Amino acid sequence: MSAVLQTALPQTGSKPTTRTKIKVNDLNFYYGSFHALKHVNLEIPEGKVTAFIGPSGCGKSTLLRTFNRIYTLYPHQGARGEILIDGENVLSPKQDVNRLRAKVGMVFQKPTPFPMSIFDNIAFGVNLYESLSGRAMEERVEWALRKAALWEEVRDKLRQSGMSLSGGQQQRLCIARGIAVKPEILLLDEPASALDPISTARIEELVQELKNDYTIVIVTHNMQQAARVSDFTAYMYLGELMEFGVTDEIFIKPKRKETEDYITGRFG
Amino acid sequence: MDLYTRRLLVNRINLILSLLAMAFGLFWLGWILVVLFGHGFAGLSMALFTQTTPPPGSIGGLANAIFGSLLMATIGTLIGTPVGIMAGIHLAEYGNHGWLAPATRFVSDILLSAPSIVIGLFIYSALVLQMGHFSGWAGTLALSLIVIPVVTRTTENMLRLVPDTLREAAAALGAPHWKVITMVTVRAAKAGIITGILLAVARISGETAPLLFTSLNNQFWSMDMNAPMANLPVVIFQFAMSPYENWQQLAWAGALLITLSVLLLNILARVFFRNTTPLH
Repeated sequence: MSAVLQTALPQTGSKPTTRTKIKVNDLNFYYGSFHALKHVNLEIPEGKVTAFIGPSGCGKSTLLRTFNRIYTLYPHQGARGEILIDGENVLSPKQDVNRLRAKVGMVFQKPTPFPMSIFDNIAFGVNLYESLSGRAMEERVEWALRKAALWEEVRDKLRQSGMSLSGGQQQRLCIARGIAVKPEILLLDEPASALDPISTARIEELVQELKNDYTIVIVTHNMQQAARVSDFTAYMYLGELMEFGVTDEIFIKPKRKETEDYITGRFG
Repeated sequence: MDLYTRRLLVNRINLILSLLAMAFGLFWLGWILVVLFGHGFAGLSMALFTQTTPPPGSIGGLANAIFGSLLMATIGTLIGTPVGIMAGIHLAEYGNHGWLAPATRFVSDILLSAPSIVIGLFIYSALVLQMGHFSGWAGTLALSLIVIPVVTRTTENMLRLVPDTLREAAAALGAPHWKVITMVTVRAAKAGIITGILLAVARISGETAPLLFTSLNNQFWSMDMNAPMANLPVVIFQFAMSPYENWQQLAWAGALLITLSVLLLNILARVFFRNTTPLH
């Protein structure tokens, strides 16, 4: 598998030969007048896990938040450049953001169950796009919960509030909620940083299982986590993409001195 | 004196001052309640709820005033609450830029702290003078104007407590803004919003000034909202100032009744808020 992936890279690392799902062309991002992302170019392969690493404030979450244009909730935030998902520029004003978000799901750092039952938490997103019968909805909810490895724990309490679950369970509920609308891409913004080690391990296992069906992009502070779960890694620093390539290469023989310094813990 | 003993001493002095301040407040509150119970308790009877306000010197109750108060407070709340909730939603969810929301918030805050007699006079000149007579509707409208800013403020405050991450999570699923608000943020703030409504009801059930110029009073049983309507605060005001002993007794009983119902509403609001506030 990894032999297939190892080819020459134009920029700094090796370029994947699998199909590109997300292609970022000269992306710049601004918080008001602050220039947070600088000329980022990146190709994220389909059906793989790509990790964004780098010190706090380097722009890795900002980059992730451009893929579903969630930043548009806030005034004074803006992106310039191109993000092509399946060849279509999603930053174009013609792009319908809600349709984009149906295709690109997101899970946040802190678990965010909605103030409703476990069942309704999942049905909420599904109801936005499909009108399923009661039976079909029950099947969809079970399917999503099974995929998020939560079904066995909640099957008898689907009518209980989503808030009643533990932190780790809440986060898996959020993943189930994201999967239930059948997206193609899952964005995970430090999904395990608020969780205990056991819950973290479960989320990581889940990421491994889900990558067969989805293109996954994960932002993480935790370098061991990036090394464990990802196929590709992007190292960012001060709003710039420093190095991108196969995870093993980035971690074992990074091409740039800065990457090596960060990974070996000399700074960051 | 070393640092540690000094801190201990300062702490103790501050504790004593706070306790004294609390005792001072509670003392007057306790006195009011004692006087109210002493005078009002004797007047509590079934007749209070079944008979209408009597002429001087004869036996009667407060049935017409209780009914009028309930009716006007209920309809006033029903009118004021939706307006207040929607205004609060606008301020919290759409009011982060532009001039409209800050201006609305400013006016609403003025209305919130305006003496209620001003609202009574406003309805008097705007409605009562035009209609040519006092009416239950005028009273109801005055009360609803008091409800609106209270509900607006609490709704906005409670919605602002809902973390942005919850809004982002709903938006990230592709939910349109109005759905994020109605299905997620308002639900998350539900307990606080309901508490605000209960507090608004408690506030208007004791208001005298806005009713004095609008619904005035009615000696008889009346369900006609187009006619002057009896209500507890104005009856208390008139009866308490009268020289007749049976009227004064009824005023005390009415005052006790209002106090007890406001107390009940406040307790309900607290219990409700405590039991349903989700942990974030």
